[in-house]
Amino acid sequence: MESVDLLYKAIYILVIFGITLLIATYSTYFERKIAAFIQDRVGPNRAGPAGLLQPLADAGKLFFKEDFIPTKANKALFILGPGVAMLVATMSSAVIPFGDMLIIGGREVYLQAIEVNIGVLYIFGVVSLGVYGLMIGGWASNNKYSLLGAIRAASQAISYELAMGLSLIAVLMMTGSLSLREIAEQQAGFNWNIWYQPLGFLIFLVCAFAETNRTPFDLPESEAELIGGYHTEYGSMKLGMYLFAEYINIFVVSAVMSTLYFGAYNFPFMENLRQAISDPVLANNVVTIIGVVAMFIKIFLFIFFFMWVRWTLPRFRYDQLMKLGWNILIPLSILNILLTAAGILLKDYLF
Amino acid sequence: MDSLFFFLASLTLLCALMVVLSKNPVHSVLFLIITFFTISGHYVLLNAQFLAVVNIIVYAGAIMVLFLFVIMFLNMSKAGDKIKTSTISKFAGAIAGGMMFVVLVAALKDATIAGLNPETYNSQAGMVENLGYVLFTEYLLPFELASVLFLVAMVGAVMIGKKEQGESHF
Repeated sequence: MESVDLLYKAIYILVIFGITLLIATYSTYFERKIAAFIQDRVGPNRAGPAGLLQPLADAGKLFFKEDFIPTKANKALFILGPGVAMLVATMSSAVIPFGDMLIIGGREVYLQAIEVNIGVLYIFGVVSLGVYGLMIGGWASNNKYSLLGAIRAASQAISYELAMGLSLIAVLMMTGSLSLREIAEQQAGFNWNIWYQPLGFLIFLVCAFAETNRTPFDLPESEAELIGGYHTEYGSMKLGMYLFAEYINIFVVSAVMSTLYFGAYNFPFMENLRQAISDPVLANNVVTIIGVVAMFIKIFLFIFFFMWVRWTLPRFRYDQLMKLGWNILIPLSILNILLTAAGILLKDYLF
Repeated sequence: MDSLFFFLASLTLLCALMVVLSKNPVHSVLFLIITFFTISGHYVLLNAQFLAVVNIIVYAGAIMVLFLFVIMFLNMSKAGDKIKTSTISKFAGAIAGGMMFVVLVAALKDATIAGLNPETYNSQAGMVENLGYVLFTEYLLPFELASVLFLVAMVGAVMIGKKEQGESHF
């Protein structure tokens, strides 16, 4: 790679990192605003116009609180826990194609940090590592409630990873590629995977809720029975990192769902728009930029959906959670694989 | 590239040693996870990205979570609770390790290092398409047999985990 390309890549990676953190920061604000809207309240409105500086005030508060480590805690692992959670959360956006190709000064710049031929598996691997931050933190706290939260997190993550992987297989059977860029390119225009994989998408969505520990699956931190779950003993910015990592995970999972099922950066009539502009370079850039906007609109809709569900549905009971994962979602996703296979085989005969 | 390999190799050995040497079982498991990561790094250096990421998903993502899970339940690391090793087991360990060493030396004594053959070398051999193609043509029988083995293991686990007839005592 030439140095100019490297420079573009570096800028792109920094921009994506910044956007990830910004979206995670403002997710906290919108979560509170949406909660207020659903419960017919006003929500945060003191810091800045319409409360827009509230995330900064929260961060300032968390930074200046006492950084407390329990005496009997395993000190090294207690500090490592939130760090691992944060690191793993920020790793996964590396392979997501946030946009198609921009042409800057005759040079093709792909709006994706790294293109690997196993992008889907990379995401899956990073998501499966996410549970370590919770487990390490929960165990190192040396507190029974934290340990229970950590163990819940681990068993929940393992159970729902299976159904998630199986629902992914159906998508991969259709696309025939593990590269997220190729999957995105195959959904050009309005030819999105959701039209072919509605059941697979539903399974993936439920598993995404479980993997990010969101209501109705936030058993690891259910305050009614476990005080605070795995982060009971945490305070100050370490707690902030855990909460922050959760919002980053929501952002990443939303991006993955938009890429796999909702056409990534593709939007209806994009080819018509491309043909309407006479200059090919300008046409390409305009379509790409609108594509990036479309991608982020899809991501924001998913984030909103996560919050909507959180403030609407009550929490599952733990045995119900396990039953849903093992007895309903896994058989359903195997059925989905069979249906997809039958569809792919029959397509040649019928059409 | 060479220095990267040596860095990764020494890191792998160091972490693998720490798995054995650390007193706290949870630390051992965490070092084992880092060892899997460094081994995945070796796979990436060999241009086998699929193997690298599958190694992380299966070992670091699933199996080690279960290991950690069990060890956290056992909670063996009480302060001052040193696990004592008896002299006999130390002897047994030394003898077993020494014999393993002898076997390794005997096996590697006549081995030659296979050099790079540019004619047969295919840098794309580790890519997922090629791997899948090879698995479903050349190695189809071992591949299917391995899946039967997994099925047997699953049936065994279900049999052991099944609730027995009669009153439950927990």
